[in-house]
Amino acid sequence: MRRYFGRKLFIYALTFFLAATIDWMIPRFMPGDPVQNMLSRAALHAEAAEVMHGYYTRAFGLDVPVWQQYINFWIALFHGDLGTSVYLFPQPVLQIIMRAVPYDIFLLLPAILLSWLAGNKFGAFAARSKWLDNTISPLGYILTATPYMWLGILLAWFFGIVLGIFPIAGAYSFTMRPHLSWAFVGNLLKHWFLPFASLFLVKFGGWAIGMRNMIIYELEADYSHYLEALGAPRKLVRQYAYRNAILPQITGLGLDLGVVVAGALVTEVVFSYPGIGYLILAAIQNQDYFLIQGCFLFIIIGVLLANFIIDIVYVIVDPRTRTGMQGETV
Amino acid sequence: MSLQVENLKVYYQTLGGDVKALDGATFSVADGEIMGLAGESGCGKTTLGHSLIRLTPPMRFIEGRVTLDGKELPVWDMEEMNVFRFKKISIIPQYAMNAMNPTRKIGKMTAELLESRRVNAQATWPELKRRLDLVELSHDVLNMYPIELSGGMKQRMVMVLSTLLDPSLLIADEITSALDVSSQKAVVEMLVEFRNQRCCNSVIVITHDISILYQIADSIMIMYAGQLAEKAPTETIIHAPRHPYTQLLISSLPEIGVKHDEKRLSGIPGRPPLLLDPPAGCRFRERCPVAFDACLEPPPFTEVASDHFVACWKEA
Ligand SMILES: Nc1ncnc2c1ncn2[C@@H]1O[C@H](COP(=O)(O)OP(=O)(O)OP(=O)(O)O)[C@@H](O)[C@H]1O
Ligand code: SF4
Ligand SMILES: [Mg+2]
Repeated sequence: MRRYFGRKLFIYALTFFLAATIDWMIPRFMPGDPVQNMLSRAALHAEAAEVMHGYYTRAFGLDVPVWQQYINFWIALFHGDLGTSVYLFPQPVLQIIMRAVPYDIFLLLPAILLSWLAGNKFGAFAARSKWLDNTISPLGYILTATPYMWLGILLAWFFGIVLGIFPIAGAYSFTMRPHLSWAFVGNLLKHWFLPFASLFLVKFGGWAIGMRNMIIYELEADYSHYLEALGAPRKLVRQYAYRNAILPQITGLGLDLGVVVAGALVTEVVFSYPGIGYLILAAIQNQDYFLIQGCFLFIIIGVLLANFIIDIVYVIVDPRTRTGMQGETV
Repeated sequence: MSLQVENLKVYYQTLGGDVKALDGATFSVADGEIMGLAGESGCGKTTLGHSLIRLTPPMRFIEGRVTLDGKELPVWDMEEMNVFRFKKISIIPQYAMNAMNPTRKIGKMTAELLESRRVNAQATWPELKRRLDLVELSHDVLNMYPIELSGGMKQRMVMVLSTLLDPSLLIADEITSALDVSSQKAVVEMLVEFRNQRCCNSVIVITHDISILYQIADSIMIMYAGQLAEKAPTETIIHAPRHPYTQLLISSLPEIGVKHDEKRLSGIPGRPPLLLDPPAGCRFRERCPVAFDACLEPPPFTEVASDHFVACWKEA
């Protein structure tokens, strides 16, 4: 057990190190000069620009040799310093990200968890009879094949423009200031609903189809046939099949949860929802490499963390991993 | 008479048409009899075994009658058969290595299975442990997952499980083919011991390995291309077979102890016919060295001597 997690931790640490290094390279080796880019927008005259360029280069720590920059990057990282944004200068990158992350969690966590629960239930349900399968499965396939963007636009058009019952942009009305009141919370939920629904529906289709296929596969497995041959009632056979079919779904859930902090780029763009996805787009458009770098670092951490949690959950729910570990230590 | 099968026909429904994998089998297995069922791969042995206990699509029941201890088995009805399964008729499947749910501890699975059949698991436990002793498995296996057992252990565990409710008929499908020679011997001896101790009444042992049958079977039934060729007491099949196919099969064994399927190709020229569209008349005709005019008609499976049945015009 110890050795298993020790080895896993080592692999995660190594992955993080490599991913962070690649992440560090992005702003340094990309074409274009972020500082120059920022100054050009300020439209200063040449002399002042020269001075400012020197100032900002120092401010961003770009005046030392590359290897020194790399070491500084790690030192700063361990102090929780992700650098300074160019596009929202002089706000620290970390602060900007921290402002966006709650929106992602608020939007994606319910969408992922609820669609997972509902999808599994419906998928298992669909595998129950031909009739259900013929109605639920096509619906699932249509939903999961729908592009997020397309469904988002469709929902925005129908509920936002035709019916006019839901707002279609932002996390709350521009006229409001964030504060704790029923009016504000209601407003927040209203803005949240359409992006949530578009994510939920597409994901739901995917989970339902996945579960349906897995259950049918498990019902055709040898152990299911053996139970049937010994006259076990359907209920028991299904119960076993469900429990085994849910294992790959848990992996899928973990992978999905890992990108919670990455936001849902397309959906957030469609609904101008201020999460990380929206932020990444803004950062790219403004060539704000430090902000891009910060966002990616966050995503890396999120994915690795989720994977690690899934590893632990798997050890609990799937005895095969546990025995595999014993085999290793013997 | 423990088991009686009359003119049982079970086909596989495929896109290309019906595969006539079991085409009119009539035989019986006596109380306490261990009957060996042998024949080339694909001749329908597993199909026959499954037809008696778990007949599911693409298998399709065509006609026939199966009686066990005087009661007709509704083999065509998945639901109604449940009453008989496990308690009256049971199987050690060909896939015994994967027969147990990989994510449940064996003991827990056993208890859940028993309870689902309304058998008190607690009351059964002492007997379960006694039988584990019988097959030389430690009681600890009940606390293990199937993956923690070796192939031979799984095979014995499934044997204990399948016979736990003392079925009247046990179908043992290829219980030795996945094992090494010494475990093979142990497993078949345990099977005989189970029969002797009345853990099961009659047994049908399906195998490729005639030498195993020579050790344990009271009688042997030979199948060819979805039909019965010959059934007789073991000594008769080995030393005085009368069906040309059986004769070739036995003579192609250089000595008892060699699996016949390894030797088959050199022993009997030709291949068995495809069961999707089998030839009319005797299905062995193409390969039969003594075929003659009458063989264009299908030969009946007739009793040529006491307890000796042959499907061949030469013997009829
Ligand atoms: N699911 C299926 N669909 C169509 N045909 C099948 C199916 N299963 C088996 N068959 C056919 O039925 C015939 C009998 O198969 P069966 O499995 O009963 O043979 P067997 O004697 O048990 O062979 P083995 O010794 O290899 O286990 C074979 O010719 C096979 O091609
Ligand atoms: S019936 Fe004819 S073809 Fe068939 S085994 Fe007998 S002799 Fe050969
Ligand atoms: Mg078989």
